[in-house]
Amino acid sequence: MAAGLAARTGFDVTAVRIVFVLATLLSGGTVAAAYVLAWLLVPADGADASIASRAQTDGRGIALAAGLAALLIVVLIIASVLGAGWLGSTLGWPLAISVAGLVLIWRNAPADEQQMIRRLAGPLPGLTGENRRFRIGARVSATCLLLGGGLLALLTGHPRDLLRPLGGVVLVLAAIVVVLGPWWLRIARDLVVERRARVRAEERAEMAARVHDSVLQTLALIQRRADEPQQVIQLARAQERELRSWLFDGVAPGSMGETGLTVAAGVRLIQQEVEAQHGVAVEAVTVGDCELDDNLSALLAAAREATVNAVKWSGAEVVSIFAEVEPMEVSLFVRDRGRGFDPEAVPADRKGLAESVHARMSRRGGSATVRTVRGEGTEVSLTMPRGAGERQQSRA
Amino acid sequence: MSAPGARAPDGGRPRVFIVDDHGLFRTGVRSELGDQVEVVGEAGDVEPAIALISESLPDVVLLDVHLPGGGGQAVVTAMKATHPQVRFLALSASDAPQDVIAVIRAGARGYVTKTISGAELVDAVRRVAVGDSVFSPRLAGFVLDAFAALSPASADRPSFDPELDQLTPREREVLRLIARGYTYKEIARELYISIKTVESHVSSVLRKLQLSTRHQLTQWAAERRLT
Repeated sequence: MAAGLAARTGFDVTAVRIVFVLATLLSGGTVAAAYVLAWLLVPADGADASIASRAQTDGRGIALAAGLAALLIVVLIIASVLGAGWLGSTLGWPLAISVAGLVLIWRNAPADEQQMIRRLAGPLPGLTGENRRFRIGARVSATCLLLGGGLLALLTGHPRDLLRPLGGVVLVLAAIVVVLGPWWLRIARDLVVERRARVRAEERAEMAARVHDSVLQTLALIQRRADEPQQVIQLARAQERELRSWLFDGVAPGSMGETGLTVAAGVRLIQQEVEAQHGVAVEAVTVGDCELDDNLSALLAAAREATVNAVKWSGAEVVSIFAEVEPMEVSLFVRDRGRGFDPEAVPADRKGLAESVHARMSRRGGSATVRTVRGEGTEVSLTMPRGAGERQQSRA
Repeated sequence: MSAPGARAPDGGRPRVFIVDDHGLFRTGVRSELGDQVEVVGEAGDVEPAIALISESLPDVVLLDVHLPGGGGQAVVTAMKATHPQVRFLALSASDAPQDVIAVIRAGARGYVTKTISGAELVDAVRRVAVGDSVFSPRLAGFVLDAFAALSPASADRPSFDPELDQLTPREREVLRLIARGYTYKEIARELYISIKTVESHVSSVLRKLQLSTRHQLTQWAAERRLT
């Protein structure tokens, strides 16, 4: 910084530095604060922007700087109340400004300057965070000091004089923060980590459902049609195309893909695809209509899976889909008059109902129920609240 | 009204007339119906259909919604004026809602799709023959849609007649179950009511559909075509 100023004014760097040190000592810290401010505002030699201009976008850094400065001011006020008024009046404001400025510099300075600050601050406890035992020792002594000072102020305070006991209370609170602060921080960090893990698990489940709906279903179909090479080639080709567009273009398989598609159009699409792939008639009836959002796409993906299941396992000649769009929710029913099944007897590795239908619905705030009677058929009822997308997003 | 599968008015097999412009389809329906009904004639166009029906006076006319020369609607309208006792059951592959609603509003007692099985078709004919109505899932869906579009909030209030222009919650429930593919028997079991009650709900819906004077009911179809 001194170099920058020297370059601008044309004086020798060393001379500028000596002047600064002397001025700092004589002015009681005011010049130090000015130095820090200049460091912030004047672009370094060769840099095109000052640190301050970069710091404007650093919301956390500004908050941190303001918080530290405020804390310091509180401490200084308490000090002056306790009788050490000289501390507050002479050192106080420059100190607060210097600290806030240094925080901003530390967070936004170019890498080499950060390195330098870190090296200078290295011996200070707490900042480097490497020597654990030393850090604990520093914390304990700081706590004792704050607690002792606070209790002293509380006990010796005059009943009529409100400020002294108040300062004591603040000191005790500060002691508590010093003791428990790191623990609170850790809890907050753990929460973040846990939430990330849950999001990852959900993504994985969604992916498993997608793979099941597309790749595994196709493989099952290929096994069934092993004696029809033309069909097998066609299925494999279609699956390859779908998988490619998922992996490389991000178009999820089984999803209704394009935007602007509606519930009724999506149901028609399911009807056509399932009829074409499996050769079983699908009767589709829709009442009302609305545009698809993520949740309704999930509803349709679940409906598609339920329909494919019915076509594959029920043995029924016709599968009926009924979808009704209401102001608050969309309901969808997939019904067959096939052989029905025993939900308890479905092997665990058959993920269709459990993962693709139930989990897919509940992940997005919807619900799925299956009613099945052996020999009479099966009905899968799906309900998805409308406008749940916004709620879901605001929670995440 | 009487129970499903009830016998025709004269105690024998219902007398059926088939109107469809595809000869192959007429033959198919004839063989599906088998000897459960008596097929008294068939026609492939509006004019001959009106003439032949007036002559043979069947119990039930199986009517294609799409007919050259005015559609099934024209046949129903013409017959209603001269022979109101002839009943119509619309039978079709896949139609626009507005055409189906138009045929029903002209006076047909029901609508079934061509995917219907032979036994179900015979049952439907029998029911229409004794004056009941027959709703396929698709028709139930159309009707729910039409009346949803007619919700009181969006309506022209002056002509609003809650008796005719609105479905009761129970009627809606019945229609929903029909749309889901339930038979009358299954609906009765589901709602803990008798089959007769289910039938009377359906007939009441049909009556509302035919008598409601609100022009939105026809307008609705036009709007839907756009979507």
